[in-house]
Amino acid sequence: MDIVQIVLIGIVATLLYILLKDISPSYSFFIVLITSIIILIIVIKQIGIIIQLLKSLGDKASVNAFYVETILKIIGIAYITELGANVTKDAGLASVASKIELAGKIFILLLAIPIISAVVEVILNFIPVSGNGFLGQ
Amino acid sequence: MLIDATILFQIAGIGIITALIHTVLKQVGKEDIAQFVSLVGFIIVLVIVIHHLADLFQQIKSVFLLKGL
Repeated sequence: MDIVQIVLIGIVATLLYILLKDISPSYSFFIVLITSIIILIIVIKQIGIIIQLLKSLGDKASVNAFYVETILKIIGIAYITELGANVTKDAGLASVASKIELAGKIFILLLAIPIISAVVEVILNFIPVSGNGFLGQ
Repeated sequence: MLIDATILFQIAGIGIITALIHTVLKQVGKEDIAQFVSLVGFIIVLVIVIHHLADLFQQIKSVFLLKGL
């Protein structure tokens, strides 16, 4: 049972954090950081299996591989951003954490630009807009 | 899958020992050596943490196809 081990690692990290908090605060911050790293490393291996399932489902439904890859990249950016923002917030730098979150949102939007433009193209094909013909008259 | 919590105890041990040495050296009167010891302990722990952080980021990159970013 991996979940029991993860919970126990969290409890041990909490005890060590309380022990180290008064002695040397910088090491207690390292305890927090390494705990989140360990738990994320465990989780990322399981996420790989789910990603494989998603990829095979996308292949079966003959979805364009570009869209699936974009979604995966967005999820990855979200995970990294969340980790960085949480660690920074734990260290007491809430403003830097909000800037990290802003950067994550911007990069996600940047990745979604091709999809958004594709949607706009499809909608423009549905609606017969006469581009410069109206103004030309 | 066996998860090792050894690194947690490692960092906590380094922290406690460094704080102890720092206190002892400060009591003796060697302030500069005490500062140096705490700096070296900090760097050792930083190297361990950075190593694992790089491992995690590499795995995230390989799972989520983030090769280009």
